[in-house]
Amino acid sequence: MSQFMDQSRGIKAYRWMLLARTLDERLAQLYRAGQIFGGVFLGKGQEALSVSIGMSLQRHDVFAPLIRDGAGRLAFGETPLDAIRTCLGSPMGPMRARDGNVHRGKPKEGYLPMISHLGASISVVNGALMAKRMKGEKHFVGAASIGDGATSTGAFHEALNQAAIERLPLVLVVANNQFAYSTPVTSQFACQNLGNRAIGYGVRAHTLDGTDLKSCLEGMRGASNLARDGDGPQLVIADLLRLCGHGEHDDAHYVSDSLKASALGTDCMHLAEQWLREAYAIKNEQFNLWKEEALKEINEGIEQVQGEGSPDPYHHPWKSLFTMELCEHV
Amino acid sequence: MSVTYLEAIREAQAYLLEHDSRVYIYGQDVGAFGGAFKATKNLAQRFPERVIDAPISEDAMIGSAVGAAIEGMRPIIEIQFADFSTVGFNQVVNQAATLFWRTETPCPITLRLPSGGTSGGGPFHSQCLESIYAHFPGLVVCTPATVEDAYSMLIESVTLDDPVIFCEHKYLYFHLKAPNLPKDALPIGKARIARAGRDCTIVTYSAMLHECLEAAEELSGEGIELEVVDLRTVKPIDTDTVIASVARTGRLLCAAEGWPWGGVNAEVISRVVAEGFNLLDAPPQRINAKDTPIPYHPKLWSVHRPAAASIIAAARNLLRS
Repeated sequence: MSQFMDQSRGIKAYRWMLLARTLDERLAQLYRAGQIFGGVFLGKGQEALSVSIGMSLQRHDVFAPLIRDGAGRLAFGETPLDAIRTCLGSPMGPMRARDGNVHRGKPKEGYLPMISHLGASISVVNGALMAKRMKGEKHFVGAASIGDGATSTGAFHEALNQAAIERLPLVLVVANNQFAYSTPVTSQFACQNLGNRAIGYGVRAHTLDGTDLKSCLEGMRGASNLARDGDGPQLVIADLLRLCGHGEHDDAHYVSDSLKASALGTDCMHLAEQWLREAYAIKNEQFNLWKEEALKEINEGIEQVQGEGSPDPYHHPWKSLFTMELCEHV
Repeated sequence: MSVTYLEAIREAQAYLLEHDSRVYIYGQDVGAFGGAFKATKNLAQRFPERVIDAPISEDAMIGSAVGAAIEGMRPIIEIQFADFSTVGFNQVVNQAATLFWRTETPCPITLRLPSGGTSGGGPFHSQCLESIYAHFPGLVVCTPATVEDAYSMLIESVTLDDPVIFCEHKYLYFHLKAPNLPKDALPIGKARIARAGRDCTIVTYSAMLHECLEAAEELSGEGIELEVVDLRTVKPIDTDTVIASVARTGRLLCAAEGWPWGGVNAEVISRVVAEGFNLLDAPPQRINAKDTPIPYHPKLWSVHRPAAASIIAAARNLLRS
């Protein structure tokens, strides 16, 4: 890998992280101003890992992001406008105001919309990969994002085992962000390292420093290349700390100061900036310019979406089936 | 030459595999073994890439079907017994059933649920779960009662661009026979008058159809003519056909093998009362399985589920009122 390629990847990644962080901060403001329906769930602290997942994928791949994957969604091809439309309930968004916040996607483009049941998307990715194989496609991968909490579910076990049996090119990424809502990892699993589970499933494990963009970019690219080249499922464990509450309604008072002050609590944005400064001599002026551009793009998007109106419940097609004549009229 | 209900299901799958390369079958023991009931016998030999053994992971099986459907395939998932579908319930009702509503992406998956009681089946190999699935928007629920419907409705289910819960009844697998596979059929969503009669409408579906027809034959000897409506599909319910029948007879009895609380019978009665109250000469009645888990011993089981004798008693009561 040339230095130029490295630099361009690093900058691209940083700018998506920045765009995601900026969107999160503006959404949090709108939430506090009472302008959001339901909750707001941020990816703060998880941008380095998330963007690396998105950047390890190509257009014909499959991605099932989770709550804190704003950066990865952008890197995979989501527009900020689609994200804003979903979060603000615009009828023009991909979910047409029928679903909100992090529950968004475009299935036909390989971008799967999460349901709230953790671990449930992994087998959906598996099925998409089985289908691609049956259709004769080559060199594809599917990535599924989960957190440490989802590793306790039956769906996680069933799907990872299924992927291993079928030897699918699945990259299962665990953001080990120390808390599932308020539950610490000590109440979630008893093994020393979640990566130790890989051998039990017959898959390869990768352990990453989830606060370090460089480690995440390299680790995710390595894992997805292995999967793409026929090495079977890859289990990626990235250690980091969620730098926000579960949602903006949660002040995360249960996160101790010592944990926040530890290496895990390092903000991946700061580390990424430090890397770009040291390795590629990016200056403060450049960072400031990028931040202004990100804020401008997000603000313009919010302004546009706020003018798009709301869904009309009296002229809404209340149909839950594709086959219209089979819809109930009750 | 005759074909059984089970053979019709196998032939439908063979037809689908042969004519549509998007179709595949995934389930426990469906491959070389041919399935617990042999519904996929010899299919893996003919279509080795598309008849795939699954681990005992209903959640992952159904979740993967959703992903494959998004990629344009038409999976048939064989759940070994309907009772085990509860382990994959989340993927059915939250993943498959919501996909089209949320994203306008069709989810053409078919879940085959070998349903209902057989002698000695007991609490966990006998359940009828159609009412539970019918409760959720976004699903079509089929309950074929005849060899012809088992064949044609399974083919149509896989052709539909929606998730279908295909409740095939195990009691009918081996004993129910027809001379041939059908050439044409009523579509999914349409009920059928299985027997015409003037005195009372019995609305039923699946294996209970045959108990109702037996009851009707016996009462016919006494000059009582029951009209038997086979719903065929319980989601959606063909309310028009039901109401039209009640308009002719003035009386309604609903017979189903599932449990009573909030089931298909309750739904049919609710609709008839709401839309056709003035057509009724007597309060509508229903007959279901008893509100207990399904018993193991054949003697207990024979009374737990409705059967011709109890349907006759219920019909007589209704005709007296």
